[in-house]
Amino acid sequence: MKFPTHLALVAACVASLALPAAAQTAGPIKVGLMLPATGTFAALGDMIEKGFKLHVQEQGGKLAGREIQYFRVDDESDPSKATDNVNKLIKRDQVDVLVGTVHSGVALAMAKAAKESNTLLIVPNAGADAITGPMCGPNIVRSSFSNWQPGYSTGVVAAQKGYKRAMTITWNYAAGLETVKGFTEAFEKGGGKVIKDLSLPFPGVEFQALLTEIAAQKPDVVFAFFAGGGAVKFVKDYDAAGLKKAVPLFGSGFLTDGTLEAQGASAQGLFTTLHYADSLDIPKNNAFRKSFALTYKQNADVYAVQGYDAAQLLAAGLNAVKGDMGKRDAMLAAMRKATVDSPRGKFTLSAGGNPVQDMYLREAKGPNNEYRAVAVKALADPARGCKL
Amino acid sequence: MRPWIVPVAAALLLAALPAVLTPYTQDLVVKIAIYAVFALSLELLVGAAGLVSLGHAAFLGIGAYVTVMATGDGGGASALWLLPAAMGAAALYAAFVGALSLRTKGVYFIMVTLAFAQMAYFVFHDTKLGGGSDGIFLYSKPVIQFGQTVLLDLDRKPDLYYTVLAALVFTYALLGLINRSRFGHALAGIRVNEQRMRAAGYTTYGYKLAAFVIAGALAGLAGFLLAVKDGAVNPELLSWHESGAVLLMIILGGIGSLRGAVIGAMAFTLLKELFQSEALLGPLAGHWQLTLGLTIIAFVALLPKGLIGLKARLAGGAHA
Amino acid sequence: MDFATFLVQCLNAVQYGLLLFLVASGLTLIFGIMGVINLAHGSFYMIGAYLAFVLAPYFGDWYLTKLLAGVVLAAVFGYLLEWAFFSFLYQREHLQQVLMTYALILVFEELRSMLVGNDVHGVQAPSWLAGGFKLGELMSYPWYRVFASVACIVLALALYGVVNRTRLGMMIRAGASNRDMVRGLGIDIQRLYRIVFAGGVALAALAGMIAAPLSSVYPGMGGSVLIICFVVVVIGGIGSITGALVASLLVGFVDTFGKVFFAEYSGIGVYLLMAVILVWRPEGLMRRSF
Repeated sequence: MKFPTHLALVAACVASLALPAAAQTAGPIKVGLMLPATGTFAALGDMIEKGFKLHVQEQGGKLAGREIQYFRVDDESDPSKATDNVNKLIKRDQVDVLVGTVHSGVALAMAKAAKESNTLLIVPNAGADAITGPMCGPNIVRSSFSNWQPGYSTGVVAAQKGYKRAMTITWNYAAGLETVKGFTEAFEKGGGKVIKDLSLPFPGVEFQALLTEIAAQKPDVVFAFFAGGGAVKFVKDYDAAGLKKAVPLFGSGFLTDGTLEAQGASAQGLFTTLHYADSLDIPKNNAFRKSFALTYKQNADVYAVQGYDAAQLLAAGLNAVKGDMGKRDAMLAAMRKATVDSPRGKFTLSAGGNPVQDMYLREAKGPNNEYRAVAVKALADPARGCKL
Repeated sequence: MRPWIVPVAAALLLAALPAVLTPYTQDLVVKIAIYAVFALSLELLVGAAGLVSLGHAAFLGIGAYVTVMATGDGGGASALWLLPAAMGAAALYAAFVGALSLRTKGVYFIMVTLAFAQMAYFVFHDTKLGGGSDGIFLYSKPVIQFGQTVLLDLDRKPDLYYTVLAALVFTYALLGLINRSRFGHALAGIRVNEQRMRAAGYTTYGYKLAAFVIAGALAGLAGFLLAVKDGAVNPELLSWHESGAVLLMIILGGIGSLRGAVIGAMAFTLLKELFQSEALLGPLAGHWQLTLGLTIIAFVALLPKGLIGLKARLAGGAHA
Repeated sequence: MDFATFLVQCLNAVQYGLLLFLVASGLTLIFGIMGVINLAHGSFYMIGAYLAFVLAPYFGDWYLTKLLAGVVLAAVFGYLLEWAFFSFLYQREHLQQVLMTYALILVFEELRSMLVGNDVHGVQAPSWLAGGFKLGELMSYPWYRVFASVACIVLALALYGVVNRTRLGMMIRAGASNRDMVRGLGIDIQRLYRIVFAGGVALAALAGMIAAPLSSVYPGMGGSVLIICFVVVVIGGIGSITGALVASLLVGFVDTFGKVFFAEYSGIGVYLLMAVILVWRPEGLMRRSF
């Protein structure tokens, strides 16, 4: 009964010393997927990976004629471990391309490591404005959104509807505050006024006190940014408190994406804006959803789209140089110039590397976020602080 | 055998290692060494003085934050004042926390240290002070230079490696000396029976506070090194998970021994590395929480004195 | 803030506090009697919530029956857990138990992920508790929250009764104030431990089940509850049920009004409260008195 533990240790030591990856020249393209496999965001990481692999699979398992080899690291959504984790991919596995991740703090650390090692990084979710703002770089692109974008487009819609006094509510952390900032910018430009910003510590879910505050202030509209479990609870609490009927609730799309089933009736009829809508009726989206459902026996969502488009962006770059990663500059330039035929509709990249994309107004109906209108056409992130 | 032979041999081995290491494994050794410094600093509290702190990560985090914030946006700041600043800030907060929390005992002490660490965590997490939840970044690494001669540039890998190694040796030696000193004997006395020590005329509160501040400063040293190594600092460094992890390291290694703390830091880091490695475990790596959890349970069941007790157990034959 | 809003906020604070109490009472019992720092307590809360989700299709509107079934399952689970993982640890250093409970968190999280997946799920409140009553101009207060509060009060009273009026309670009280004395009295301490542990697990799981319709179930839900429960237990005084109740309500009020008045610093408030109380009374508010 003694030796197994002993052995495990020895094995661990040997293993960690014996892992130097051999330098490879012509072999497969190594894609490092740094996504959450445990914790609150695990389901999102799963969808992104599925989306990415679906596109590669549709191209016959190859991009620009080269095999794709995957390396995976669970980032645990923990920024304090981010540098170590990303180095596993960069230094240990020596990947050609980094793909990740969901959590903004982790993604920022990835962006920094990618910059220092000059590794190509494609961000398939994390919306931190800084990634394509002050931290932007020629080798960093994003296939998702910046936090500012869905906030801004919701602000435009809310102002157009004629609301004058708004309150905002979010977690007191970067993603939430940046989204709210986008909303405030557009809403006040459109003639409204944000009378109060409410926030609570991330990832707290005791909303009751803040809901009471909303009821006391009686604004015309409430803008909320929450995601995952917090979004489910907020929408349910908002409804249960009777506020849904009294004060319209608007949100960035993450309020109702991937959470509708859990939110049940409470979410029905909610308006949100995002760069994707499940029911977007364009050929590319229909084909994508069908293919996804056939392959994985489940419905695609916005995270799957972002993963899929990350692969499309990579493919665009690789195709331009015929799979020769040595021609880096040409490849990076091609990615910046590419028009990606995404399930969300065609998009291009801004100078900062963030999608310039249509933002859609959606309404939660049954199990879907249904497309209602284009909220803002070709919205580009202002990329404040980016010197590219 | 003299007690210092094994540690000195280990240090010499570590000093020679970079010759055969890949950049990645060298990073791994650096990381383990930093965590060993951190674990040793807690060992002074838990092992020597019997003070179980569940908020030790606060000092690590403060050391790291001060390193980055004091560097600012300018060029490489001098390590000569950056390091003392990081350790000093950590020591200062430790003095504050210690002064209040040492009035309590046992489980209460565990929880008060946790509370103060959580407070620090939320200050960095919720306010603009340190860049909020996304943290802040170190864009230029500390240097030591006189005029034009650069003696030490922590941006260079060998410099970082040997600085971390030196810090580990320093911490280990310092704690070794403390344990043998009159101060160390007093701490041991307090751990065993505080009442009697007080009766013997010791101001036990003062001794404990001194230990707490030293431990805080050493954790600040680990924080400085971590900030320099990663170049990124964020509130999760102060979270209770981190405090829990370092406590686990010293329990795993074996409390009451400096070697145990180092071995524990190594074992914990390597085990996680192993269980998360897809190259070695294939799809099982996706379930690393399960394998790591079960392994820890096995350790607890089989090794009551931690890994350091393994040798005695192997030598001691088949009983139990 | 006008007076009506103030009253509603008080109601919110009490309701949150009561739910906290339910989780924390199990923790304080295990703490006080067995001396085990149970990091896995949040996991038991999580397990309870997922039980509520998994059991829901089988029970429908038989909500109370579902709660009962869940509690029995959780108690049996806790009993077995103590037997398998803790019974041999009491002779050892307390810190070994910390290591064990940490390992259990990892195992439970992974098993949860393998069995139920990583999606967020909602849990329906029973139809006879749907809706709410009007409160103020805009707001209404859900009946389910009323039910949750009442359930917590009933359980608090029941717990008080058990601890103060039964033989088991006598042993628990003796155990909390002086562990060695219990051994001296010739009580089967092993069995007492097992029962207390099972009870603690059942209480945490029940709290999770009651909270599930309010909070929905999601990965990592145990972690956030754990630390706040530690705070409650320590403020109240370890092992004290009454203390846990008072502390829960205090935390409820500080958290609720902190969010309203000091949004940016609200995360700090509860810990500040704890620090202040411990500096004032290092043993917590109600050590050694039930």
